[in-house]
Amino acid sequence: MRTEIEGRDLVSLKGVHKAFGSFEVLRGVELGVAKGEVAAIIGPSGSGKSTILRTINGLTPVDHGVIQLGDITVTDPKVDKVALRHRVGMVFQQYNLFPHKTVLENVAMAPIQVLKEPRKDVEERARNLLAGMRLTEKALAYPGELSGGQQQRVAIARALCMQPEVILFDEVTAALDPEMVKEVLSAVRKVAEDGMTCILVTHEMRFAREAANRVFFTDKGVIVEQGEPKAFFANPQDPRTKEFLDKVL
Amino acid sequence: MSETSIFADVLRWLPFVLWGFGLNVLMSVLAIVLGTGAGVFLGLGQTSHIRLVGGVSRLATQLFRNAPWLVLLFYCIFLMPYSIVISGATYNVPSWLRATLGFSLPVAANFSEIVRGAIGSIPKGQWEAAEALGYSRSVTLFRIILPQCITRMLPPWMNLYALLITATPLASIVGVEEALARTQAAVQSEAQASFLIPMYATLLVMFFLYTYPISRISNALERRFRTV
Repeated sequence: MRTEIEGRDLVSLKGVHKAFGSFEVLRGVELGVAKGEVAAIIGPSGSGKSTILRTINGLTPVDHGVIQLGDITVTDPKVDKVALRHRVGMVFQQYNLFPHKTVLENVAMAPIQVLKEPRKDVEERARNLLAGMRLTEKALAYPGELSGGQQQRVAIARALCMQPEVILFDEVTAALDPEMVKEVLSAVRKVAEDGMTCILVTHEMRFAREAANRVFFTDKGVIVEQGEPKAFFANPQDPRTKEFLDKVL
Repeated sequence: MSETSIFADVLRWLPFVLWGFGLNVLMSVLAIVLGTGAGVFLGLGQTSHIRLVGGVSRLATQLFRNAPWLVLLFYCIFLMPYSIVISGATYNVPSWLRATLGFSLPVAANFSEIVRGAIGSIPKGQWEAAEALGYSRSVTLFRIILPQCITRMLPPWMNLYALLITATPLASIVGVEEALARTQAAVQSEAQASFLIPMYATLLVMFFLYTYPISRISNALERRFRTV
């Protein structure tokens, strides 16, 4: 079990605190993810999993602590937001596609409009990504015409099109009908297998065990335990982890 | 007095009243244009994170939205100058134009609320997704949020216009010669009691024929956008 934050980490959180009003969601989170790693964050509802994810790309500002992403200090108030969002992609539980834009526009618009990349290059990249998600023929459809699983795969393509170094997956299958969970999980797994650093908050324990290199267990705003998935699930150390796994497995 | 002659009298006065109605339409069109323009600014101002802008916009919106239209009309009629001087030349500001400005105040305030409501009805996830893609707040507003608002704003905007056109006869109270004032003039000059009801009925029909299709289109649009 790795306890110290190592220098090779691409993403590191040190002593991260965050309170919403008087409620302390994060109470000193320590977390490190190396380049190319797939990290799964699991834990009971309200334990701060999603908040951890949202602090990494600065969607939720923190109260104390330092978050480092490569050479970017996310917690620096003067951080270059565009550079940060260029390097960290995010996929949401509710997909959050833009309903007035076609699938292709959804995927290509941010690199064109925010990163100012040439339209032709971006659209070619977007079409390739959609093909990778088996959505080639949906490029000109609107999100409302797609199933939940298809929309979520578009959202993954949209995150990939920014060519980030890390992608954050926030309970990406939680809003899906059961028959669509598998297609989205295999899309996530494909992204992970292509070498992308992935941090995912998930309730899919089997997926965490099979696809992740490292599992973090959160409870009441701290990381209680972490480890390689096999050892973590077979032999949890902390009583809180044991109790949680007993409930969900 | 035979019925045919009453009908003939109404018909005789009809062009006179219709010209007045033209003024109602003109005032309403100008007021909706001015009010919508100002309402967009007020509505965006209400959603601003800059405290001063938000506060002033909210105050103006609530002030003009919760005041009787007639009171605002009186304010504009009596507070506005009767003539203005532009580069040496003096222009009279006709009372119908001052009344139009009086109408555009409540229109602006009501449209401000329509804008604020439409922006507020867009799920928060849209803002977050845009933020996660590197969009700034203002670019998100104009490229992602507002385009989705337009279809939501159209039906209430048309309802607002229907309310506005039916409110324009208030201008007769401050001396604007619009349809109602001209109907009154016609009734008075005919000086016969049996003429009164048909003449006002004609005025009602005039407003109804103009306003009803607008309400219908607005309802139809509302139904259509709801199912999407």
